[in-house]
Amino acid sequence: MTYEDALYRLALDNPNIVVMTAENRAAIRNLPPKLGPRFIDVGIAEQTLIGAAAGLALRGKIPVVHALSAFLTMRAFEFIRTDVGIPGLPVKLVGSVAGFLSEANGPTHQALEDVALMRVIPNMQIYCPSDEADLLDMLPSFVESKHPAYLRFNASKSVLPSHARFSAGKAEVFVVGIAANDRDVDTHAHDGGPGHDHDHDHDHGCDRGHNSSEDGGNEGVISIITYGPLLAEALRAADILRESHRRTVRVVHMRTLSPVDTVSIADVASHSRLIVTLEDHFVVGGLYSIVAETLLPMKRTPRVVPLAMGQSWFKPSLYRAALTHAMFDAESIARRVAEEL
Amino acid sequence: MQKTTRSHHDTETHPQHPEHSPSTGRRETDGRETDEGLGDGLTARDRDRLSGLAFRVREHIIRMSGRGGCFIGASLSCADILVYLYDAILRVSPTRLDDPERDFLLLSKGHDVPALYGTLAELGYLERTRLENHLSPDDDIYWHPSRAIPGIEFHSGSLGHLLSVGVGLALNARIDGTANRIFVVLGDGELNEGSVWEAAQVAHAHKLDSLIAVVDRNGFQANCATESLSPLEPLEAKFEAFGWSVHRSSGHDFDALARAFSRLPREAGKPTAIVCDTVRGKGLPSIEARADRWFVNFTEAEVKMLLEELRGTAAASLTSAPLHVR
Repeated sequence: MTYEDALYRLALDNPNIVVMTAENRAAIRNLPPKLGPRFIDVGIAEQTLIGAAAGLALRGKIPVVHALSAFLTMRAFEFIRTDVGIPGLPVKLVGSVAGFLSEANGPTHQALEDVALMRVIPNMQIYCPSDEADLLDMLPSFVESKHPAYLRFNASKSVLPSHARFSAGKAEVFVVGIAANDRDVDTHAHDGGPGHDHDHDHDHGCDRGHNSSEDGGNEGVISIITYGPLLAEALRAADILRESHRRTVRVVHMRTLSPVDTVSIADVASHSRLIVTLEDHFVVGGLYSIVAETLLPMKRTPRVVPLAMGQSWFKPSLYRAALTHAMFDAESIARRVAEEL
Repeated sequence: MQKTTRSHHDTETHPQHPEHSPSTGRRETDGRETDEGLGDGLTARDRDRLSGLAFRVREHIIRMSGRGGCFIGASLSCADILVYLYDAILRVSPTRLDDPERDFLLLSKGHDVPALYGTLAELGYLERTRLENHLSPDDDIYWHPSRAIPGIEFHSGSLGHLLSVGVGLALNARIDGTANRIFVVLGDGELNEGSVWEAAQVAHAHKLDSLIAVVDRNGFQANCATESLSPLEPLEAKFEAFGWSVHRSSGHDFDALARAFSRLPREAGKPTAIVCDTVRGKGLPSIEARADRWFVNFTEAEVKMLLEELRGTAAASLTSAPLHVR
């Protein structure tokens, strides 16, 4: 099942779904003949894309609009804010090649501020899949929620056999541990979101004790909070840190940044010696800001180190080379985290 | 038929109204069409009703120009257009707002909303007494349109947005197979925004002949005449080049408006643009076609004088300074 197949299935079930694009058809190439008038390509016109989507949503449609993240969230920002944000219309924004996924395109295409921009719009939801399986898990929620929403599109090959059952506002937590009876990678899904019962836990054969205060042995725990394709790097970095530094590393996968799993963030703050926020986004306005905004009202000030883009765009290259050059590959992440210990 | 240019009393310091400027030649200046006039003609009764409505709408606008003020010039220039469209053309009424087949009017330039408030109040969408709440935090009657007001379809104020929203409504009608027509009222200064022309291209590409752009061509933008800042003419040729079917009309003469909107779409498969030549401040000689009467907050005494001037009983003597919002 691909994104296109999944979106088509949703559109078959719900006649209000309209698929739109500003001539960015990579992920929806086969939909035009299948959807007829419910597929609308406006050409390279992001502002009109959003205005027209607002008009359709005003009449009860659910427009799922596709464009490159940089142009969708920046070129059309004021249209999103004004025509979608002010009335709170359920327009679904699918932005592609955000962050490192823009590879060798160069800084024009590098959406490293998309999360910050979308996050300031009231009630805008932000979905950040780590891979294709995660994308497909969250797609129904993204499309069917009553709110405007932004999807940081990522259909990369799945790094995990499966993910925890998706629920917006609920993080997925993996513990890469050094307990006496530990497995090689002891992954764990955490019921962090409000109102979620334990049935939602993902069965990776995990030990729930790892993320509670009961084990009392958290002095050395490192927590990496991340989203999107960098989850794969974070999990590998956790392996390296466990092997080389005998550290238990908790990796928190923020599948939605809005709503955000504040319970998981608070939990991480209680049980970590060091918290690292890892994101292919400028440090201003992204996950580091979210963590700060979550913890400060709780009067919590744990040590949080941001691994994010600082004051420059990254060196354009193919995905792995770009990651390595910017020191966002697993080995570099492990080294940068170890330097903070 | 009086000419719409009768009160250009300030031409030395203010650039000429575009009706005096070279144009593409298909406009009208005296109410008689130079190209096909397909109006089936208004009766004397129609004219009386429309004139009465427009007069009362102008009274509302003038009252809103005190106690905080409003964009009086643009409101007065589009008053006749809005009155005509709501009274004679739009297939909508206060009891028909839920009708899936009804028409829509989007006020894209936004700051002319006092004309829309007045029209909606006169036609029963909005209680007249609510107009007294203009600018009160306890109501939603402010300087730009809000969807909280019955009859207002979409908020605006940021220029260059609602033609694209209109594209969306027209696409929706196509998907649903409904007969909605979507009228988008644009300011001429607003045409500076590139997003208007982006939406115009998309409307053409998708053959949205249920979309009708109505340009309030009053010749001024915030601080100066349009032609002195970023010339718009030849405006009909521009819309035509974008694939639209274009017609130019007086925006004050109801017979001309009747002809302009008599047949929609004007051409099957093409969106329609009606360029309406108007006078900023129309109806009040003391502020007509003046660049410095864009937004004014008049005193109660001035409001009274302007109401007299509208009735033709006395000329107003105005001293309130214009506000430079932009």
